[in-house]
Amino acid sequence: MTASFFKLIVLNAARHRLRAGLTVLGMVVAILAFGLLGTVVDAWYAGAEGAAANRLVTRSSISLVFPLPLSYKERIRAVDGVRDLSWANWFGGIYKEPKNFFPQFAVDGESYFRLYPEFVVGENAMRDFLRDRKGCIVGRKLADVHGFKVGDTLTLKGTLYPGNWDFVIRGIYDGARKGTDQSQMFLHWAYLNETVKARMPGRADNVGVFIAEVERADQVAAVSQAIDREFANSRAETLTETEKAFALGFVAMTEAIVVAIRIVSYLVIFIIMAVMANTMAMTARERTAEYATLKALGFSPSFVAAMICGESLMLALGGGLIGVALTFPVAAAFAARMGTLFPVFNVSESTVLLQFGCALTVGVVAAILPMRRVARLSIVDGLRAVG
Amino acid sequence: MKPVPLSYSLRNLWARRLTTALTAGGMALVVFVFAAVLMLDQGLKEALVDTGQPDNVVVIRKGSETEVQSVIERSQAALVESLPQIARGAGGLPLVSRETVVLITLAKRDGDKPANVIIRGVGPAGAALRPQLRVVEGRMFRPGSSEILVGSSIAQRFRGMGLGDAVRFGGREWQVVGIFEAGRSGFDSEIWGDADPLLQTFRRNAFSSMVFRLSDAADFPAARQILDADPRLTLEAKLERAFYADQSAMLSNFINILGLTLSVIFSVGAVIGGAITMYAAVASRTAEIGTLRALGFRRSSVMAAFMLESLLLSLLGGVAGLAAASLMQAFTISTMNWQSFSELAFSFRLTPAIAAKTLLFALGMGLVGGFMPAARAARMKIVDALRAS
Repeated sequence: MTASFFKLIVLNAARHRLRAGLTVLGMVVAILAFGLLGTVVDAWYAGAEGAAANRLVTRSSISLVFPLPLSYKERIRAVDGVRDLSWANWFGGIYKEPKNFFPQFAVDGESYFRLYPEFVVGENAMRDFLRDRKGCIVGRKLADVHGFKVGDTLTLKGTLYPGNWDFVIRGIYDGARKGTDQSQMFLHWAYLNETVKARMPGRADNVGVFIAEVERADQVAAVSQAIDREFANSRAETLTETEKAFALGFVAMTEAIVVAIRIVSYLVIFIIMAVMANTMAMTARERTAEYATLKALGFSPSFVAAMICGESLMLALGGGLIGVALTFPVAAAFAARMGTLFPVFNVSESTVLLQFGCALTVGVVAAILPMRRVARLSIVDGLRAVG
Repeated sequence: MKPVPLSYSLRNLWARRLTTALTAGGMALVVFVFAAVLMLDQGLKEALVDTGQPDNVVVIRKGSETEVQSVIERSQAALVESLPQIARGAGGLPLVSRETVVLITLAKRDGDKPANVIIRGVGPAGAALRPQLRVVEGRMFRPGSSEILVGSSIAQRFRGMGLGDAVRFGGREWQVVGIFEAGRSGFDSEIWGDADPLLQTFRRNAFSSMVFRLSDAADFPAARQILDADPRLTLEAKLERAFYADQSAMLSNFINILGLTLSVIFSVGAVIGGAITMYAAVASRTAEIGTLRALGFRRSSVMAAFMLESLLLSLLGGVAGLAAASLMQAFTISTMNWQSFSELAFSFRLTPAIAAKTLLFALGMGLVGGFMPAARAARMKIVDALRAS
């Protein structure tokens, strides 16, 4: 019984090869687009996902544009619960053209890489970097995109710090995890500061953000309050938050775009639902007489309804499966073309599950109207119907 | 050659209402996305490009892409002010403003999310240089005071930014004394105050940018040449409109590339839907087509009738999608402009050109989706078609 039931469904679907093929193709396109859009949204949140629970970021309370004095270093380190401390400045240089954007941070080399174990640098490369004032370390992905090799000189045009800046690549870092951002560049804060001191003395000894490591993750709230209290009513008040909150702050600023992408990704599912429902409605209408015959032969209305639903599900899931399978190579190609714009671009498990969920929903919803019509159909009317 | 009457195609669409509605509905969604993208880009362009006046010039430090990153020393500012091309306003004062532009982080009304807002300190001529700026509530700030003027988009979207509210930043209380509108331009997303107290608050002694009016817009090359030739100045001058157009380039590109890629992908789905419908229409009317041919209608007339049906279907979807998209004009999007790193509010703007483009796009989908089925209908042999049950 079951075997012949499935055979019937397959044969039914194959009666209109062109229509079935077109429907499956539409399904493939929709599920593929849905998966890619979901992955774009995930990429947006990648920075927040990679954040450690026990790292705090301290910045000026006015906004990131305002620096903090280097002298805060000792005072933050003295706060109870702070185990380690580092600092970084946004460099904001342009490599050849603005579209080659990638983040550059001037960091205190030794402490920064101690605080960020997810940036894995070889021992020799690290030694070379610390020895060379003009040295820098770049991410694996960044190096691949622009063809950087160890020993190359990289010239950046400064937007915040005027002039052309030369850096020698001393190492390439890898990510400890799949989701680690491998498109950043690190240079020596001390070198930047020296140069600034010589050219613009007023802007020397400035730090963009301090990064503090807390002994235990459950202390973060207390420690961040303690740091901000330390500098309340001073010349430069601070705002301390967890690294995750800091990263989510950036996502929130472009949230409208994320929301738009989400809405659009569900729109594509609605579009394909309309196409699929149309296919099933047409199919059922053409076969009205057949369904009536089946009923006259004694098959229950639920059997006929299950047949329609099965055909719809087969087309939807078939298209969905191909769409999911295509998502991986297409996402990889897209990530390669986008370069460092999306530092982390991986298709997540939840995206794949959602894709299957959507395919299933489309299959079921598309079958509902024809199923209801057939279940209610009286045998006499059905036999009279002309397709 | 006699064409098949239009009513034939129209009645066929009406006869299969569910199918027509589903197919047109799918197309309408695609058209909606397509139109919304174009409208959003138009809104962004209007917001940023129209921020500039055609005869205003912005001066920033060479290499700094935005006003926030730029620094102009007082000595350099004095040199810029001595340019002979600067227009003079009431009382013979030169129309030039030394400005300080910084970002402050404020919380939005919905959900306390942080956003960077531009706060612009202007010189005495600052308001006169931007004639589109109108104070709609309250009054202008007094020079030298801790009073600020808030753009209408900021007043609506940010917490504690209403008339009479006090805002604390830089260790000082600031009083909101007025709300201004600047014709949907980028200034609507800014906060304005007097440059001098703002400089003190932020402990700066240099300005960010300078804006001046040319006495004649044609003088711009001459003015730029003077600035470029002076070795004491490491500054670059841009016409204000070009300056703001550059600021929107990245966001505009992003919206266009993402939106148009999506529209193309989605249109594949909608074209497939249209093709399925039209194939079914042809298949179920085989005998009818045979009759039409036997009555003397030519192959080309039959083909035209089915193409027309497909085009009508897509036009229906196009009009419905466009109507839905036009409702989007009521919404305002507010997001961070990557280049200036600051919040910018802009809305969807529908123009006749966009409406035309959208309808053409819809008809294009109908053309592509209807061609193969219509060709199949036209190729049928009269005898075979009449025999079909």
